Amino acid sequence: MANYSTNEFRSGLKVMLDGDPCSILDNEFVKPGKGQAFNRVKLRNLKSGRVLEKTFKSGESLEGADVMDMDMQYLYNDGDFWYFMEPESFEQHQATENAVGDALQWLSEQDICVVTLYNGSPLSVVPPNHVELEIAETDPGLRGDTAQGGSKPARLVTGATVKVPLFLDQGDVIKVDTRTGEYQGRVK
Amino acid sequence: MTDWQPDCSLAMLQRRAELLQQLRLFFFQRQILEVDAPVLGRSTVTDINIESISARVSGDSAYLQTSPEYFLKRLLAAGSGDIYCLGKAFRDGEAGGRHNPEFLLLEWYRLGWDEHQLMDEVGALISHLYEARGLPSLMVHRRTYSQCFSQVLGIDPHTAALSDLQALATAAGSPSWAKENRANCLDLLFSLKVEPQLPSGLVFVHDYPDCQAALAQTMVDSQGQRVSRRFEAFLNGMELANGYFELTDSNEQRRRFEVDQARREDANKPIVALDNRLLGALEQGLPTCAGVALGVDRLLMQLQGAASIAEVMPFSWNRC
Repeated sequence: MANYSTNEFRSGLKVMLDGDPCSILDNEFVKPGKGQAFNRVKLRNLKSGRVLEKTFKSGESLEGADVMDMDMQYLYNDGDFWYFMEPESFEQHQATENAVGDALQWLSEQDICVVTLYNGSPLSVVPPNHVELEIAETDPGLRGDTAQGGSKPARLVTGATVKVPLFLDQGDVIKVDTRTGEYQGRVK
Repeated sequence: MTDWQPDCSLAMLQRRAELLQQLRLFFFQRQILEVDAPVLGRSTVTDINIESISARVSGDSAYLQTSPEYFLKRLLAAGSGDIYCLGKAFRDGEAGGRHNPEFLLLEWYRLGWDEHQLMDEVGALISHLYEARGLPSLMVHRRTYSQCFSQVLGIDPHTAALSDLQALATAAGSPSWAKENRANCLDLLFSLKVEPQLPSGLVFVHDYPDCQAALAQTMVDSQGQRVSRRFEAFLNGMELANGYFELTDSNEQRRRFEVDQARREDANKPIVALDNRLLGALEQGLPTCAGVALGVDRLLMQLQGAASIAEVMPFSWNRC
């Protein structure tokens, strides 16, 4: 991979730091008038998700990371791995539980996800922003007064638990924003 | 396409014009002569941390000046008396929220003054600008580099072992600082750790470490430590101005130029020829004086509460 110098660090650039692939979030140029220039860089470690701040001498460089985001269709899980397919080439990739991470609780078969590949293997999975899922379990529905705005927990068929309005029942299908985990509405 | 438009608002353009007028009036009232030094010269600074932008003039190599300092010193040696220059300066590789490769620099010299008298005048200028805008009156502080540094980091910047400075810089920066020299470690620690802790208002930091003397004279302070007679002004934590009790010894000046050249060679940076015309002026005799250079764009940022330098410039480099 190419090396990137501090003046090429842009938000979204993927680089290697201490053996892990990272995505650059922010790069601030700092220079005392008569002094050494440096760059304060915020990066997200793509393996751990943690945000780090490092200060480099201007002109230092980091190796680019072989990281690429790709839309893929979720196929199935065989108990050990989660399988995703590239829609054009039909090439399949197996992702570990660690890579699937929190996406796990939202995934239904055939969903189109963003899979981040690192050296050709799935590193992380981002589910669709909105998913429609059936309620597997919740307290019995309370019909009538919906103006109160009360809510109750509901467990969805994929495992996630979401706060829903009181009138919903087991078997109802709801729309959820996976970025916030919030209920968006009932799907008729 | 909207990037043909200026960076600053039209209201800011007015504030900028007012500021330039106020600066000129301040110096006019103090009978300091305005001079417009060249921005294009055949020679340039040797400073290891300042890169000049190269140009070609009728086939000869030339440089956009990083400050008018050498031209102003030649005028002083020729007997100009107190002078100031309000003009553009250029530094390669400097772009960011507080930097633009082309910027407006105000530089002035006072004959027979030392750095403390000049700090008083910088304070008077900025306080005057605050008053003229009806802003709350400016708090002005003065403290030594060593006081600021040891208060935050708990060690004396002049006497601390290099390995201790490297360890602190590594913790504050990244592992690559473990091999850096003293001046670079001090710069990193001062910028990252000390500057954010400076009080608001105008803070003059003086008696810089000997290794950061640049073009200032040095002296032995009350602790017996050799320090440089250099100061910096920080306005609400932002570096605004750099001043010296000026070095007038041509031999010492030549020696520092040669040290710079050697450091440039070690760092694989371009070597620039010594400015023999400046050295000639110093040999003839630079009068005892103090001088300071102040970033006008940053001053306007502070006066107007702007978050980035582009907000106060007609066109920042991104739109040039």
